[in-house]
Amino acid sequence: MVTVENLTKSYSEGKVKAITNLTFRVNEGEVFGMIGPDGAGKTTLFRILTTLLLPDSGNAQVAGFDIQKQYKNIRESVGYMPGKFSLYQDLTVEENLSFFATVFGTTIEQNYALIKDIYSQIEPFRKRKAGQLSGGMKQKLALSCALIHRPKVLFLDEPTTGVDAVSRKEFWEMLRRLKSQGITILVSTPYMDEASLCDRIALIQNGSILSINTPQAVTSAFGEKLFGIKSEMMYTLQQDLRSSSVVKSCNAFGEFYHLTLKDTSDDASSALLRSLKEKGHQSLEFEEITPKIEDCFIKLMSEGSN
Amino acid sequence: MKQLLSFIKKEFYHVFRDRKTLLMLFGLPIAQIILFGFALTNEIKNAKIVVVDYAKDEASRQIADKVDASTYFDIDKYLSGHEEIEEAFRSGKIKMALIFPDHFYSDLLHTNKAQVQVIADASDLNTATTLTNYISNIITDYQSGLNKGTTIPYRIVPEIRMLYNPQLKGEHTFIPGMMAMIMMIICVMMTAISIVREKELGTMEILLVSPFKPILVILSKFVPYLLISLMNVTSILLLSKFFLNLPVQGSIVLLYAISFIFIITSLCLGLLISIKSESQQTAMFISLMATLLPTLLLSGFMFPIENMPLPLQIISNIVPSKWFYVIVKSIMIKGSGFQTIWKETLILCGMALFLLIVSLRSFKIRLA
Amino acid sequence: MNESVITTNKLTKQFGDFIAANELSFEVNKGEIFGFLGANGAGKTTAMRMLCGLLVPSSGTATVAGYDVYKHREKIKQNIGYMSQKFSLYEDLTVSENIKFYAGIYGLSDSLIKEKSEQLIHQLDLRKEENQLVSSLPLGWRQKLAFSVAVIHDPKIVFLDEPTGGVDPVTRRQFWDLIYDAAHRGITVFVTTHYMDEAEYCNRISIMVDGVIEALDTPANLKKNYSSKSMDEVFRQLARNAKRSE
Repeated sequence: MVTVENLTKSYSEGKVKAITNLTFRVNEGEVFGMIGPDGAGKTTLFRILTTLLLPDSGNAQVAGFDIQKQYKNIRESVGYMPGKFSLYQDLTVEENLSFFATVFGTTIEQNYALIKDIYSQIEPFRKRKAGQLSGGMKQKLALSCALIHRPKVLFLDEPTTGVDAVSRKEFWEMLRRLKSQGITILVSTPYMDEASLCDRIALIQNGSILSINTPQAVTSAFGEKLFGIKSEMMYTLQQDLRSSSVVKSCNAFGEFYHLTLKDTSDDASSALLRSLKEKGHQSLEFEEITPKIEDCFIKLMSEGSN
Repeated sequence: MKQLLSFIKKEFYHVFRDRKTLLMLFGLPIAQIILFGFALTNEIKNAKIVVVDYAKDEASRQIADKVDASTYFDIDKYLSGHEEIEEAFRSGKIKMALIFPDHFYSDLLHTNKAQVQVIADASDLNTATTLTNYISNIITDYQSGLNKGTTIPYRIVPEIRMLYNPQLKGEHTFIPGMMAMIMMIICVMMTAISIVREKELGTMEILLVSPFKPILVILSKFVPYLLISLMNVTSILLLSKFFLNLPVQGSIVLLYAISFIFIITSLCLGLLISIKSESQQTAMFISLMATLLPTLLLSGFMFPIENMPLPLQIISNIVPSKWFYVIVKSIMIKGSGFQTIWKETLILCGMALFLLIVSLRSFKIRLA
Repeated sequence: MNESVITTNKLTKQFGDFIAANELSFEVNKGEIFGFLGANGAGKTTAMRMLCGLLVPSSGTATVAGYDVYKHREKIKQNIGYMSQKFSLYEDLTVSENIKFYAGIYGLSDSLIKEKSEQLIHQLDLRKEENQLVSSLPLGWRQKLAFSVAVIHDPKIVFLDEPTGGVDPVTRRQFWDLIYDAAHRGITVFVTTHYMDEAEYCNRISIMVDGVIEALDTPANLKKNYSSKSMDEVFRQLARNAKRSE
């Protein structure tokens, strides 16, 4: 559905590289996640694919159309929800929706089935001005507007940024249901924990892709043993771990520190635990764990910078 | 077509929901004219004038008394000669000087025609114009009294001179000037701001991604401001007729047609500005610098173009409001028809066409 | 350790009929990292603004750094630092200009400003970027710098409003290193976040739902009490029943 080949774009006459040589494919009916922090190039990529920007070099097709030559066809077949809330604040919910419906040459009734699931949640407030909606409701309205013309491909630029954990989960549930309607979805997010909700993901940092695969394949490619450790004195534990010669990396993950070790034998780890106990750490918990996307991201990032 | 209509509807929502701006758009011209009107009537009561009476005969005295007796004028002083007039004006208190030449009455009796000189301080042009009108009326009044029962009518000819500002020849320039200004504000600034606002909001991004033609985005932005401008033209003209007693001498239809062309020119300018600006502040600033200031300074509204240095005179030719101002002045005050203003109209049309093409060509179908 | 720097008792803020924050009562101890969680619209921002002296409460009492939120709002401002994701530094000023500006606001002496900014630039490894505009720095660096600037005057408490939104995972952890550092120096940290793993880094957490503090305890106790494996689950259990949003 989306094919990207060697796409490169820079700003300020080449001084700031936004994306470099991106190549990937998104299959029909897939939920594809672009996962990366702010400034990784996600927005630039989405803007190029939605024909809002021209690339410096490289090529891409969306829904079978060339992003440069056939931009008009693309504009008819994609839906786009920018990162910033981009609806008319002084128009009501209903007015916004019907406006975008006519702009795309359709009516609310025609595609009501597609948006019903989402729109029905905000329909009780249809006479309210968009500017007075809560964050979660604004987001639902924006999504309804982006879907109103039944696009083939939906681009969602950081739809969950600044949204609380509960609304984020709800939002992802909506995306799963949209997928079942046959819409291809490209979504970007800085939250690593959302990766597991995508069919395939691309980890992106500084304009380059670190890894593309299914979330499971990305984590199983971690390639070494990962351990979780906690004690009662987390601050000193971190200092002790970082000064230890066996520890390769140590990163905080919730209540645990995630460790990789230079020597993964049982002997080496029990030696490490012994030395920690000697330093006064009590009720130590230590176990091997399966890596998460964020572990992989951190690892790929540090490998990239070395 | 349905798309365009729904777009226009949305623009109207924007305009009508922003009550404060709307009030300003409609209130501004009305407030201006009313203030101007009050300024006019206040000034005109008991304006101080000086009289130089070389004739000192029956007629000159009668006219002077008539003038003094009217509520409009107060004779401050009789001067002994021309040379004192300048000084009287410099004091700032005196608005006008009335000069009767030697043998005023005998000229009138023997040749049936006499001249009276009126010198007005035209640094305050509007007052000066009104005052000269009043004094002409008083003189005509006196003249018709003399003419009762005579076969050959007597004629007293006031020779009016506008001191300090002779080129303006006493025409009412406020209304045409204000029309140009108001349209600049509404069409250029408001259009520019409303397009840039969509950029700032991010809605332009969504619109660009839609199959909706960019040209229609622009057209629909034009409609509300075009209508508001035309409504303002109407309110200005109505107030000017009924409140200020300054009716349009020429064809109203022609005046509206010209206004329409000028509005289109301004809208295109606004569009161009919006393309070049990224924030509402920039749009506002450029609008002020590129349109409002030239309208004030180079259209002839505030300062006569003939007195400007040559480079400025040349530059003034590319200011659309200059041409609009010239045309409206002719239609409103002189009552000119199309045959006398076709050249200026053609220039204005050319400008509109040029700006329309340039702005449509530079309109971006992408973000950068 | 148990010296309290924030004490509130039935602190309430009402906007018309709407009770944004309803009878909040809690204490935050010196040197503690206090996580202030809640769904969008739960009343976090209102509560935080009252504590920073930006909003006058409708009723209830509160002292911040020993000062009353009604009477000594200026004193409070002297003794706290504030940083938010949305506004932190002037992008069109350089790194060192920003540092000097904020240090100047809090009335630090010239020699102290010099010493502090040296120290800060060294600590954040910004020597090369010292004279660059802040807008040219990556987001993560900017946030770290903003935090360091927010504590440049050694405030008693620093309020952080979603400080790590959108920051890459490595920099996010470096940011928390800075927070731990500050807490170690005795600065109390009051922080809101949407990253549930970050909630685990706090000493204690409060979770607001519909203007009320529903739960307040250490992460471990919260997980035990709500028999959940992660803070994410605890949060979802509590916030699921929320009726209002923003």
